[in-house]
Amino acid sequence: MSNARANILARLREVAPQADTAVPEPAAPPIEALSHADQVDRLKRLMEAMHAEVYLTDSGNWTAVLKDVLRQRSLNGLLYAPATPIGTTLSESWESDLPPLVGYDQVVEQSKERLFGIDAGITSTKGGLADVGALILWPTPHEPRLMSLAPAVHIAVLEAANIHDSLADAIAREHWQDKMPTNALLISGPSKTADIELVLTFGVHGPKELIVLILDD
Amino acid sequence: MPTRPEKVYYFGTCLIDLCYPQAGMAGIELLRREGIQVIYPQQQSCCGQPAYNSGFPEEAKKVARQQLKAFPKDYPIIVPSGSCGGMLKHHYPKLFADAPEAAEAQRFSERVFELSEFLVRVLDIKLEDQGQPIKVTWHSSCSALREMRVIEYSKSLVRQLKNVEMIELQRERECCGFGGSFSVKQADLSSAMVADKVTDIEQTGASLLLSGDCGCLMNIGGALEHRQIPIPVKHVAEFILERAHG
Amino acid sequence: MANPVTVDFPRNFTKALNDGQLRRNLRAAMDTLGLRRRNLFSDPEAFEQLRARGDAIRRRALSKLPQLLEQLERKCTENGIQVHWAETPDEANRICLEIMQRHNATRVIKGKSMVSEEMHLNHFLEERGIEALETDLGEYIIQLDHETPSHIIVPAIHKNRDQIARLFHEKIPNTPYTEVVEELNAIARKILREKFFAGEVGVSGVNFAVAETGTLCLVENEGNGRMCTTAPPVHIAVMGLEKVVERLEDVPPLLRLLTGSATGQLITTYFNMISSPRKPDEKDGPKEVHLVLLDNGRTQIWADPELRQTLKCIRCGTCLNHCPVYTRLGGHAYGYVYPGPIGSILTPQLEGLENAGAMATASTFCGACEEVCPVKIPIVDILRRLRIEAYNKVDSPHAVKGHGYKVNAMESLTWKGWALSNATPWVNALNAKLLGLLGPQLPRLPAPDIVKKWTQSRTLPKFASKSLHVLAKEKGLSDE
Repeated sequence: MSNARANILARLREVAPQADTAVPEPAAPPIEALSHADQVDRLKRLMEAMHAEVYLTDSGNWTAVLKDVLRQRSLNGLLYAPATPIGTTLSESWESDLPPLVGYDQVVEQSKERLFGIDAGITSTKGGLADVGALILWPTPHEPRLMSLAPAVHIAVLEAANIHDSLADAIAREHWQDKMPTNALLISGPSKTADIELVLTFGVHGPKELIVLILDD
Repeated sequence: MPTRPEKVYYFGTCLIDLCYPQAGMAGIELLRREGIQVIYPQQQSCCGQPAYNSGFPEEAKKVARQQLKAFPKDYPIIVPSGSCGGMLKHHYPKLFADAPEAAEAQRFSERVFELSEFLVRVLDIKLEDQGQPIKVTWHSSCSALREMRVIEYSKSLVRQLKNVEMIELQRERECCGFGGSFSVKQADLSSAMVADKVTDIEQTGASLLLSGDCGCLMNIGGALEHRQIPIPVKHVAEFILERAHG
Repeated sequence: MANPVTVDFPRNFTKALNDGQLRRNLRAAMDTLGLRRRNLFSDPEAFEQLRARGDAIRRRALSKLPQLLEQLERKCTENGIQVHWAETPDEANRICLEIMQRHNATRVIKGKSMVSEEMHLNHFLEERGIEALETDLGEYIIQLDHETPSHIIVPAIHKNRDQIARLFHEKIPNTPYTEVVEELNAIARKILREKFFAGEVGVSGVNFAVAETGTLCLVENEGNGRMCTTAPPVHIAVMGLEKVVERLEDVPPLLRLLTGSATGQLITTYFNMISSPRKPDEKDGPKEVHLVLLDNGRTQIWADPELRQTLKCIRCGTCLNHCPVYTRLGGHAYGYVYPGPIGSILTPQLEGLENAGAMATASTFCGACEEVCPVKIPIVDILRRLRIEAYNKVDSPHAVKGHGYKVNAMESLTWKGWALSNATPWVNALNAKLLGLLGPQLPRLPAPDIVKKWTQSRTLPKFASKSLHVLAKEKGLSDE
């Protein structure tokens, strides 16, 4: 057993007390409070600038919008979470000309081929961030982490009421520090890189397309 | 900023003292034309920066102490250089932080002003251009730009001259590669940097390069001359004094 | 470090300066990154406010470092993350190896991590029969070419698309030559997706570790970081122990400063916050998450209040992008993992002045780095301190490793002479007179080395026949 821990902490503790190197902390600048319409508008604009495809719809019509989106593409299937409200709505209204719904119902070890082979996945979101244009995802046992990562097309359903002004705002209002999930994610667009000559290209390792359905009732 | 004083000290800098005294005299003349009495302590020498930046703080301190001694009274100290001005104003307090002279160095530093800032902000100098039309370009020294933050004042002096067209460099904020001992310790790097600066200057089509720092002018002017590019260099004080004289 | 490397700085620098292609690639890229950053932080006042917060947050975290490390360990352990401590890179490598061997892993997939570069982890694993594959596109490119990163954010920025096209064509079987960036990306995507699928252990770095919640934060655009930390059954995160922050609410300002400074982005595509391994009812994510905390000299740096500021760094790389020296050399010439201004203050402290002290001389002190640093690291002051300690033996427990290595009688004597002259008015006056008299003759005298170096690209300045002292006196200026 190494003594690294004890040695490191001992070295840190043996330093003679010195003038505190901390400095007074300026307060966070006041957050510019956005109206609901501005929140939606700004998130949409910023995410579109990052090549996300964003649709404004509502809880009555979103499946129709989704079906249109799917019909424009030829996809081999849609990974979904059967036990969620979204999943129930989808399975109740699915049509035969659409890519088949595939549930993520087994652990990754038994379903890896399926996860890496399917073209699209649909998830809910915990919320959005207006100031930077991003989705908040807290994957759950029903909607595991790879759903928004392995398929080439990620479709995300966002309820407009859950858009926050900023990450700081979301953390403060929802007290994230008391309940961090296994994995929390911010997603602002499809996967991208600029590693070759800083040329921005989309769809490198993660999803090539991000489609966002904003439900604004 | 102080109110208009009767008397000021002038710190000429060692480089101006030895190689560019006419630039130093121009600064003095500009102050005198504004009715200010200029005191030039003969006991002054170098600000100490060469040793300070090369890793020899004790030697720097020895020289700096001589300056504390040479400028004892409560007059503003005017420096025709952003670099030496930065040393006196921002680094003396650090250099003497743990020394008996700490308080003295602090008071000294508070009296230091770069020449063009003093001309503009304290004396509100007005220049009448008597010269022929000319295109010039401007080099900002890093210390004048980032430490003393006086570039806007220097350039505003040139802008007062109605027959002078000032064309900005493409990379005005980039260092010319002088850096004191850097220019010989990292000679290849320094040469590469000044070569790019010279190309930038050439591309402006200006017939004269101005700056407020003779270190940069020595570097860039030397490189221009080495490449036989007929663009002279001049300290801004010397230039505006000539233009105002006609 | 176990094997100190000897770096031939003058040779490296000359080689880089003479590489026209490299110079063009770098200049174009650094100009673009600089412009994007300026566009993002277009309001100087708002930027100053934001970076004042960044500075304060990092200082606060460092001021409580021992407590925060223990809190981080406690929270992570509660969450199920296994925490390991390593004093040296070798120890950190062995911790990683032991975990991999326990899982019989032979294929490791890696997200971008500068600390793993500091550990030379890939090399260590390869020697022991484990394939460590870089999955960040830039890292993948340089790994194919057996190179190291030349930039801490855009590791393959020294290469242009033609060079990458040739590399892919030559090194990846059945790959046609293409300079189309999208096609090059597609080639890498196809290969790497198979690797993500098959990877047995994922290795990542950490951008911020939150002590309050035991959360590891990762910032990325490509999704490979998420893949490495989600798809394999085991995730090992390696981090320098200074990366800890106190509270979750400290993260948003640092995140903004990081992405804005690095690439001018409001936010990256992914911000990935990991607080535990897979829970019993969850279907994916690693079953084990390990966090390796590496010291490697950081506690020594931390002990000194001025040098400690080096550890505020959030590795955005913007000091590289704005450095007139880095933009002319690229990262490889520096010979160590961390190049540019931050590398020039960090490396000599980690590796010792006797090995890397020369990095501190590769700066004009122009201050462009400090001006953009999102956490206000006094880079120039620290560079100056390193120069001082290089020439002076320091009687302090906080002295930089290798202090006094350059003690040099000749140079010291020169500066003593200089000081004597400049502190003694009559000697100074005599010198000025002599130089003025000799001035026109000087070029004809045998040139010392210093003159040769100066005149390789410049003419010599001429000494004036009358110094300013003399002119001032002649003018009748008062000498109060």
